Amino acid sequence: MAQAPPAPAGPQGRFVVVLDAAHGGDDTGGRLANGDTEKSFTLAFSVRLRSLLTARGIQVVNLRESDAGLDPNHRAELANHANAQACLSLHASESGSGTHLFLSSLQSPARRGDKNPVQPARFAAWKTAQAAWVPRSLALAGVLNSALQHAGMTVTLGRAAMPGVDSMACPAVAVEIAPERNAAQQTTAELDNADYQARVAAALAAALLEWRSEAHP
Amino acid sequence: MIPRHQRIILSVLLVASLVMGVVLWQLRERAHQRLMAGEDSAPTRAPEVAPAEQATLLVASDADNTLIAQARSLPLPADPGARARAVLGKLLEIYSTPDALHPAPGGANSVTQVFLLPVVGEKDPQHPDAQLAVVNLSGAFVASHPSGLQTETLTVLSICGTLHANLPRVTQVRFLVDGVQHSTLAGHADLTRTYLAAEAVPTEGTHP
Repeated sequence: MAQAPPAPAGPQGRFVVVLDAAHGGDDTGGRLANGDTEKSFTLAFSVRLRSLLTARGIQVVNLRESDAGLDPNHRAELANHANAQACLSLHASESGSGTHLFLSSLQSPARRGDKNPVQPARFAAWKTAQAAWVPRSLALAGVLNSALQHAGMTVTLGRAAMPGVDSMACPAVAVEIAPERNAAQQTTAELDNADYQARVAAALAAALLEWRSEAHP
Repeated sequence: MIPRHQRIILSVLLVASLVMGVVLWQLRERAHQRLMAGEDSAPTRAPEVAPAEQATLLVASDADNTLIAQARSLPLPADPGARARAVLGKLLEIYSTPDALHPAPGGANSVTQVFLLPVVGEKDPQHPDAQLAVVNLSGAFVASHPSGLQTETLTVLSICGTLHANLPRVTQVRFLVDGVQHSTLAGHADLTRTYLAAEAVPTEGTHP
């Protein structure tokens, strides 16, 4: 069981961001163009993003600090214990272009037509815990989308079934970073381009700062 | 002078030899006839080609994360399961072309079978005859599919949407790989859950 959405944190509440570097251990994820693995990329990127966020006074919980395998339930368990105001699942892929933002494909209670979408109950079903958080996750995706587009990046939005994210009781978005391509689909920045990684990380950090100002007005 | 009993034995052996010769000849003739009959049973007519019909394919594009409906004319068998396989074969054939907007190697043979089963459990009053499609993908296709949240999700949703567009009774889709359940397509898209086919059908150019 996971906690149902609490009331928004007040000015005195702490602001915590969970960074989940996808894959790890035997689960290497995808293979990148430079021969690197997705698990290595996401781990390095999560460390880079943590540095940026910590420098801005945001408390960060990294779910994976080494090349260790974590199953989706354990990831969700760690994220839910953090009581975070934002949970980002970090991925990388050679397919597509720019940054892909994915939300859980679970339907929010309001969309299903429930009369009382956010129940005051303390617990929610584990595998569908994210359903109650979908509206907040959608709002977080909107802030991330704006910041990335403001930084001149291509962004696509989608929804997918994600076993780890579906069990998270926090505003959660999966961020998949792909090479930067122009309108003719020619690659302008590969994933291993340090400048490109820095621009994506800076845009995500700016978005989370804005998200904090919304959560702590 | 040959004794009488030896003449009798020789006569009997001679008659037996003749009888055996006749029987052997008849067996040979029968075997020959069976062989000729087997050759006659070989197909002499080409299998009938199903007539070409319009099919709707929901073709994915990696560039903008969309599914676009495309009408294609292709031979479609009358049997619903074979029809579903033919439609999905065409979809995955498009993905295997060099200039595909959503590249995925494998081609038409990537879908081994499609089983159509009645939906069990609570019936939807709007779809009382709803069907569950079980799509059996080949292991080679899954092993060679590009890895990534977006690309894998697009493949799964385009399969679900294409099935629903051509077989409206199909409301749910499940996946097998070489006949057994598989955790993900290539590390991301969950293949253990049941997908609702209608959710994958977009309005023109929208994100799934």
